[in-house]
Amino acid sequence: MARYDSLLDACGGTPLVGLPRLSPAVPDGAPPVRLWAKLEDRNPTGSIKDRAALFMVRAAEEAGRLRPGDTILEPTSGNTGISLAMVAKLRGYRLVCVMPENVSTERVQLLRMYGAEIIFSPAAGGSNQAVATAKQIAAEHPDWVMLYQYGNEANARAHYETTGPELLHDLPTITHFVAGLGTTGTLMGTGRYLREKVEGIQVVAAEPRYGELVYGLRNIDEGYVPELYDATVLSRRFSVGTRDAVLRTRQLVEVEGIFAGFSTGAILHAALAVAHEAVRDGRRADVAFVVADGGWKYLSTGAYGGTLADAEDALDGQLWA
Amino acid sequence: MAIEVRIPTILRSYTGGAKVVEGTGDTLGDLLADLDSRHAGLRGRLVTEAGALHRFVNVYVNDEDVRFLGALDAKLSDGDSVTILPAVAGGAFGFAAAAAIAQHGAATAIASHAGRRAAGVAR
Ligand SMILES: Cc1ncc(COP(=O)(O)O)c(C=O)c1O
Repeated sequence: MARYDSLLDACGGTPLVGLPRLSPAVPDGAPPVRLWAKLEDRNPTGSIKDRAALFMVRAAEEAGRLRPGDTILEPTSGNTGISLAMVAKLRGYRLVCVMPENVSTERVQLLRMYGAEIIFSPAAGGSNQAVATAKQIAAEHPDWVMLYQYGNEANARAHYETTGPELLHDLPTITHFVAGLGTTGTLMGTGRYLREKVEGIQVVAAEPRYGELVYGLRNIDEGYVPELYDATVLSRRFSVGTRDAVLRTRQLVEVEGIFAGFSTGAILHAALAVAHEAVRDGRRADVAFVVADGGWKYLSTGAYGGTLADAEDALDGQLWA
Repeated sequence: MAIEVRIPTILRSYTGGAKVVEGTGDTLGDLLADLDSRHAGLRGRLVTEAGALHRFVNVYVNDEDVRFLGALDAKLSDGDSVTILPAVAGGAFGFAAAAAIAQHGAATAIASHAGRRAAGVAR
């Protein structure tokens, strides 16, 4: 057990647990293929985003951009907002979040509980609209500080300095790292660190594939790639549909007792794909993947019960991860 | 058997509204050329003049991003499934929770009010 001076000091240092039941069986005499889950739901507010939030706020403080009493503005519909709200509360800042209207009520309740103020952007414009809205609001309030997680190097650095070293320490034989692709901070930071230290490491991205509404741009040129993204850090990138993500999320709790959010199901789907390829090729593999958050915030979707088809319908057109 | 290609909403003007079309080719480049012969203009939206995939277009073969499989040189086989999607921040924002279906009506009402407010702020 460990003791910390404050909640902020208890960020990171999450457990890495083996998944003996979900790891694929290998033929007699073949090298082992093992899956390992990094339990990021064991962070102060329950998601991997605590790491990024803490690093981004610290970096802004060190650069003199943030002073006590300042207002932080961030486009975020979820975990980053909750993490920033907690950090802002403990360090003495006000937080305003801009988020698309089609997020779960749990998220809104959690953000308000932690003391954040919320400005909704229309679902129709999707996430791009929320980023655009936040940028406009920032221009109108030059004294507000936008940390802008999509382009903030401290987001990726949090994982370069903490997630990566923790993984290598706990699993020196790691062969694959699998995580979700959102702002890309987790994969860029952890991926760069592991590439420097582990020869031949495979860095694998899983991104959610949503219903059509989410891709409803008017023009290809309205597309968006986070500034942090550098494709050379990745080895492979999978797009995982709702059905596969839901199936894997349920399998994880049924078989290994880990209750996670749907992005983790998408990540597990990609992790299983690379694990099965290793079995087929008769190669040893230690596949570490990220459990980005717990399932609590998604219970109201109803997608943990009923048939898979019902769950898929329930999440269609929604942002589920 | 041919290769099934899923077309995103914004490009369906090139496929007469079809969500899914079929084509043939040994590589992604060949497939796009084949598609363009029946759906003129489609290829031009996906490939730049310099001959690379457009920055804001993602193409997946059996759910895997072709940029890591050789891009336009990615090998294809009969029965493969190709998905074309615009790059959106959905990947990122998407890591937001789904609106509860039960509460969707109420949430939409509140949100469209808030949306107007946000639009007002943005103006
Ligand atoms: C639940 C969940 N999974 C995955 C991600 C993706 O992580 P990142 O933003 O570091 O790419 C996020 C954050 O965006 C998240 O909240």
